[in-house]
Amino acid sequence: MARRAWNLLLLLPFVAYLDPAWYDRATPRLFGFPFFYWYQLLWVALTSLLIASVILLERRR
Amino acid sequence: MTSLRDQVFVGLVLLVTLMGFVAARWGGANLERLDEWALGGRRFGIIVSWFLIGGDLYTAYTFIAVPALIYGAGALGFYAVPYAAIAYPFGFLVLSRFWSVARARGYVTAADFVRDRFGDRMLEVAVALTGVLASMPYVALQVVGMKAVLMRLGGYFALGNGELALTIAFVLLAAYTYTSGLRAPAMIAFVKDTLIYATVVAAVIIIPAKLGGWGHVFDASAAALAARAKPASILLAPQLQVAYATMAFGSCLALFIYPHSITSILAAKSRQVVQRNMALLPIYSLMLGFLALLGYCAIAAGIKTTDTSSVIPRLLTAYFPDWFAGAALAAIVIGALVPAAIMAIGSANLFASNIFGEFRTDRVHGSAHLPRLLALALLLLALGFVVFVPTAYAINFQLLGVIWMIQIVPAFVLGLYTRALHPKALLLGWLAAMITATAMAASTALGGTGISANVTLHIFGTSVTSFIALYGLAINLVVTVAASAVLWTLRVSPGTDATRAADYAS
Repeated sequence: MARRAWNLLLLLPFVAYLDPAWYDRATPRLFGFPFFYWYQLLWVALTSLLIASVILLERRR
Repeated sequence: MTSLRDQVFVGLVLLVTLMGFVAARWGGANLERLDEWALGGRRFGIIVSWFLIGGDLYTAYTFIAVPALIYGAGALGFYAVPYAAIAYPFGFLVLSRFWSVARARGYVTAADFVRDRFGDRMLEVAVALTGVLASMPYVALQVVGMKAVLMRLGGYFALGNGELALTIAFVLLAAYTYTSGLRAPAMIAFVKDTLIYATVVAAVIIIPAKLGGWGHVFDASAAALAARAKPASILLAPQLQVAYATMAFGSCLALFIYPHSITSILAAKSRQVVQRNMALLPIYSLMLGFLALLGYCAIAAGIKTTDTSSVIPRLLTAYFPDWFAGAALAAIVIGALVPAAIMAIGSANLFASNIFGEFRTDRVHGSAHLPRLLALALLLLALGFVVFVPTAYAINFQLLGVIWMIQIVPAFVLGLYTRALHPKALLLGWLAAMITATAMAASTALGGTGISANVTLHIFGTSVTSFIALYGLAINLVVTVAASAVLWTLRVSPGTDATRAADYAS
């Protein structure tokens, strides 16, 4: 079961996007983008990194 | 056809058509074999798979419709971004497991797996029918994306409402799909996505700069949306937040179980290729996110139209030099051809193996003969659908398609992990959900403004607006679990499971 523990990392993107009430805001802005937009775009990149981490962790085992 | 823009456009479309036919020689395979025609011999590596799956999932319709939704409805349209992010962790777990069992046992479709796992022909046919029904309007919508571009080009391209050019393009598409199978879209996807990335990167840099920067684009859009007769906003209204999240989650469940996604996933040569692609494909989602925001650029640029499908073609022709606009518009049309070919192949496989095949005794296993003919027929049928059925209906049917597609999640996705659900119960749950969800969707159309994806339920004194597909799935699961409990207790035969635990592991 320990082998599967890092698969929990894959849940983080679901948590990040779960409730739009958390990120449905205009500020703080980044490069002119309201928070609502840059937060969600940032999490696309983080999702990719999390999947890559799971692949690396699995390979290292 | 004298302008540079039109020449570049026609040149690129001709180039990919040629590639579509030449693709038949790629690898020198025998395309009479189903594995070779439908899945490219199951030997695509990480790069070919990345272009193929990306080219398959991010369709021309997406490129037209997502910015159009942002342009028309504001923040709600951005749900495509969380949707296109969470689909990957889901795909990482589910699809690598499916890839393994499919390789071990030679499956070409999701319904092949369901037949083997549950030993139930009816359930297999139900899963296959759902896939075919959901795919047909999706192919038709690709034609809608192409039409938006052809009308923008005008001249010969727009003759007969664009239907002359559409017919030529579709007949050629059907011809090279017949001869080359999955190799055609796999090869064309390279050109398609190189053009799409170049277009989006250029657009995201050039257009906001000309409009005074992203900050100004958002501010101008916020003001313009608020001033509309039917006001919208660049932030979500609180009562839309649940709809936003459920649409993202529901669409994410449907994305990878569509027959065309299954087809391009099964063409990968190893489980590793599938897994690594799940880490790399979000690059497409980032691109989609920026593309979506071009909807706001169109508002800030003062583009005013009620035909929201024309927003992106208008923006591109207004801000790009002629030759580049030609390439960008070609990218959208080619972006319709790639998924349309894969959808036709995926549906033809389902039809041939899991629907016709189940009622015929003379079928030849592993032959591509019937699927090839069916793919040809399906593409021509989709073209007819667009010529004879108004566009608004195609969009409504596509929404219904997503709502239906999700109803195979219990049999297919849960089936990959457990045999605890009884096949007859799965069939009953599927049937109950298909009927209620379709009825819910149809009831939203009674107002006369077309089908709406969301329904507001009033329960326990509060009202929740959320995605119909998920209501359907909830009904599906409740019926399936309850009926399973009854059927197991009554010891009704659960069918035989032909798969073994080892089949899923590597």
